[in-house]
Amino acid sequence: MALIGRDISPPDLRAKVTGRAKYAEDFKADGMVFAKLLLSPMPHARVRSVDASRALAMPGVIGILRASEVNQPDAPGEAALTDEPKYVGEPILALAAVDETTAADAIEAIEVDLEPLPFVVDPLESLRPGGPDARLEGNVLRFGESGRELVSVKWGQADFSSAKAEGRLPMGEPTDEWEHGDLEAAFAGADFVLEDTMVHQSLTHHPMEPRSSMAYWDNGRCYLYGSTQSTQRTHASLANRLDLDQGDLVFVGQYCGGGFGSKIAGAPIYEVTALLARKIKRPVMLRINRYEENYIGRGRPGFQAWTRMGFRSDGKITGIDLYIVQDHGPYGRSGDYNTAGAVADLMYQPEAMRFRGISIYTNTPPRAAQRGPGGAQIVAMLEPLVDKAARELGIDRVEIRKVNAPSHDSAFGPGRATTTSAFVREAIDVGAERFGWSEKQRLSGQRDGTTVTGVGVGVSPYVGGSSGFDGLLLVRPDGKLYIHQGIGNLGTHSMADTGRAAADELGIEWEDCAVIWGDSSQHLPYSSVQAGSQTTHAHTRANYAAALDLKRKLQGIAAAELGGPASAYRVAGRRVSGPGGSLSLARAAELAVAMGGEYSGQELPEDINDVTRASAAALAGQGAMGVAKDTFEHEGSTWSWVVGFAVVRVDVETGDVEIVDYTGSADCGVVVHPRSLAAQIHGGSIQGFGQARSQKWVFDPKWGVPFAHRLYTARPPGILDVPLAMDWAAVGEPDPQTPIGAKGIGEPPVGAGSAAVTSAIADALGGRCLCRIPLTTDVILAELEGRAPPHELTEIHS
Amino acid sequence: MTDAETAFATLSGHSRRSFIKGVIAAGAVVSSSNHLFRAPGASASSVRATLPRMISLRVNGVSRSVDVMPQETLAMTLRYKLGLTGTKLGCDRAECGACTVLVDGVTHYSCSLLTNVVRDRTITTIEGLEAPDGTLHPVQQAVIDEGGFQCAFCAPGFIMSMVAFANEKPEPSREEAAHALSGNLCRCGDYNKILNSAMRAAEYVRRMA
Repeated sequence: MALIGRDISPPDLRAKVTGRAKYAEDFKADGMVFAKLLLSPMPHARVRSVDASRALAMPGVIGILRASEVNQPDAPGEAALTDEPKYVGEPILALAAVDETTAADAIEAIEVDLEPLPFVVDPLESLRPGGPDARLEGNVLRFGESGRELVSVKWGQADFSSAKAEGRLPMGEPTDEWEHGDLEAAFAGADFVLEDTMVHQSLTHHPMEPRSSMAYWDNGRCYLYGSTQSTQRTHASLANRLDLDQGDLVFVGQYCGGGFGSKIAGAPIYEVTALLARKIKRPVMLRINRYEENYIGRGRPGFQAWTRMGFRSDGKITGIDLYIVQDHGPYGRSGDYNTAGAVADLMYQPEAMRFRGISIYTNTPPRAAQRGPGGAQIVAMLEPLVDKAARELGIDRVEIRKVNAPSHDSAFGPGRATTTSAFVREAIDVGAERFGWSEKQRLSGQRDGTTVTGVGVGVSPYVGGSSGFDGLLLVRPDGKLYIHQGIGNLGTHSMADTGRAAADELGIEWEDCAVIWGDSSQHLPYSSVQAGSQTTHAHTRANYAAALDLKRKLQGIAAAELGGPASAYRVAGRRVSGPGGSLSLARAAELAVAMGGEYSGQELPEDINDVTRASAAALAGQGAMGVAKDTFEHEGSTWSWVVGFAVVRVDVETGDVEIVDYTGSADCGVVVHPRSLAAQIHGGSIQGFGQARSQKWVFDPKWGVPFAHRLYTARPPGILDVPLAMDWAAVGEPDPQTPIGAKGIGEPPVGAGSAAVTSAIADALGGRCLCRIPLTTDVILAELEGRAPPHELTEIHS
Repeated sequence: MTDAETAFATLSGHSRRSFIKGVIAAGAVVSSSNHLFRAPGASASSVRATLPRMISLRVNGVSRSVDVMPQETLAMTLRYKLGLTGTKLGCDRAECGACTVLVDGVTHYSCSLLTNVVRDRTITTIEGLEAPDGTLHPVQQAVIDEGGFQCAFCAPGFIMSMVAFANEKPEPSREEAAHALSGNLCRCGDYNKILNSAMRAAEYVRRMA
């Protein structure tokens, strides 16, 4: 029986339930000392001087590391330590001492002279005439004729005054713009046109495990223990950052306590641990607590946006005009806003669309991709507006989504790309059936005591896979299949599950498979980052490619030993069998070692990545090796879909919202691991609930200081905030552009969960869309009581 | 008084006050220095040493002598002095429950419990659940059979809460289980499988009784 499609508990679960699983902070080395960070108290400042003499004289203090001692990448890149902090909480320096208390006392004894610099926490404030820039070089990263340039962009007073008069988002000149179709004609041909200004606030990733790390050096080699989503890629990126040959860095990250996009290639702060350890010649533990994690742990970019959408009487969307101002944080480049434009075009397939956007640097914590980056925001913002149109036009809210859903060959976005498959209508249908849409929507508006019921639906697409990576397999003389995985282990189980593609092809039971992962010294292949829902797609492909290679070699070994044509040999049931008889996999591995050449990895394919080549070379001669690059056909862009259905009860006296029922249905191709798929759908949707309801940033605009800096001040959903039981469904149709047929699923449930809840809340409010995310209790209560909202139209951090 | 009440009385009395004092003395103005520990032998001039430093703890059935500072939390003692790293620190401040352990069978956040308070008490951590012959506790087995947890950083804390709950309520409803586990946070949002595990655990415990 094939392993693909079965529930198999992951191989690391026993370690996780016994406490033996070691996360970064659980490692220890002889002579280990502790580091603390000095964080900036100001949103933007220049360090004029640092006097650490008192601190360094304290008993137990060992040394400090300054910004001048770490990499300082070109603007707008982020350094691990800085002398020009650009947000409250940015690390300025690190200090090591024999224990954490001493280190913290010593941090207090350091005198830092800071020169305050102009700062801004709201993108629109930065765009005002004469408004402050978050960076000394400006507030915008633009792609000009001379390449990337940092510039200061200000809009005109008229842009702001006309917006104020019309009660909408100010829309000056954007940096990004694309369109297709005839927008004017599309709106002229519409039977209903809506227009709204919308705000989506930023939110912190907050994985349960903060980004602590431990490092030491032995014989010029660095050993670093950190939390990461993607082992091999983090190893490569850290080696680069530390200016080391990859062979001189051992990176261990076997267990990752969550990342959600914030630890794609580890974290910049790991550089501090490694460099401080090298400087003071002692192992260093840099423990990051929740408060620090709030600052350096990354966040999802916020949007201040405006849209005009045109609908025909049958619900078909004729045109979308979308403008997004993105709250970027101080560093790097986040493409959330661009993705949001493409997602809107993909999911609604308007006849014409215009996207305009600008991303503004602000003195708020750095942003990174957060599960469904760009997609999760825009879906939750636009889906309640589609509801509004459905109501106006008298169309069922599920039907209007089917009317607009794309087909397999529908084009979208600025490049008019097409998807590999889109079973969206099917996902809507199986979800609606499973949820009982037709019965449950009758609950809409039902009053029970002080609560009103709302029913909602949200459709959410996201990229579901990449290709072109390598697989590396070894059958050793013990007869077991060793699956080397360079992807990470953050609980999605793809580290184990994508190996099934290889095991199935070789007819090997899961008990006879061993997964090797999480340690760069264990010879890992070149792998995709474990982000953007890539691994299920990318590594079922890579492992399948390596399995085909291994199968061919096993057939060749059997033919050489037993006679007859290689192609007549079958690999299954721990044996290679054919016309000349049969031999065990264990024996085939021994023969591979004896035969050498490509059979045991002495000769390697030309097209594999150098990382894979080095790993394969280290394993050569130890068994029968399968190693290959994924060169399978992959035409088009791979997208997965989740449709969320929710029932909420809004308490009209308190403004509280209870989510009482939820079903998520997915189009993610072939289902590899049903129980884990359910966990992705539910877990992602629950993160969407937090996004829709409770997690937001609040800044004091006068001082640029955040008020929401812990879990309780921007709380993710707890077990009592979600339905007692949640349901799911999947279409299960294979994607035609990948051999196993499976697509990734991590990203899209977040938008589905958030949109289903925002849609359901609007439904409970009689169709009133508040165009604001999160929909916190105070916002809902003000609406229920007919009061002015507790925020200005475009206010983003209040 | 029951053990739970004793623990509460101790916590809300002298110890909590000295804990707060200790934190203030150690420099609460340092923004990021909440919850720390000090190594034996290091300078401790800023902390009033009013409690004995060498204390005895009964952890997972074994009596252990350990040198602790007055302001030291149980989580720090367990992780950094007794090598029991299964107990996780997710927030350092009683917000997430990842550090949940049992003190005399009652759940406590070990990040917010002074080690001095629990001297001579019976402490159980995630490492203490598995039998010496490798047999898992029914709660652990239930989690494995349900494929519970994703990243599992919260798992040790949740599992300790599940153990306390399974002992207290052999035939729970799903809602009661949710309430019992509401002091633990799972950022992966794996609550559905966690509740499935809790219900299955109750079944296993009943079967054993």
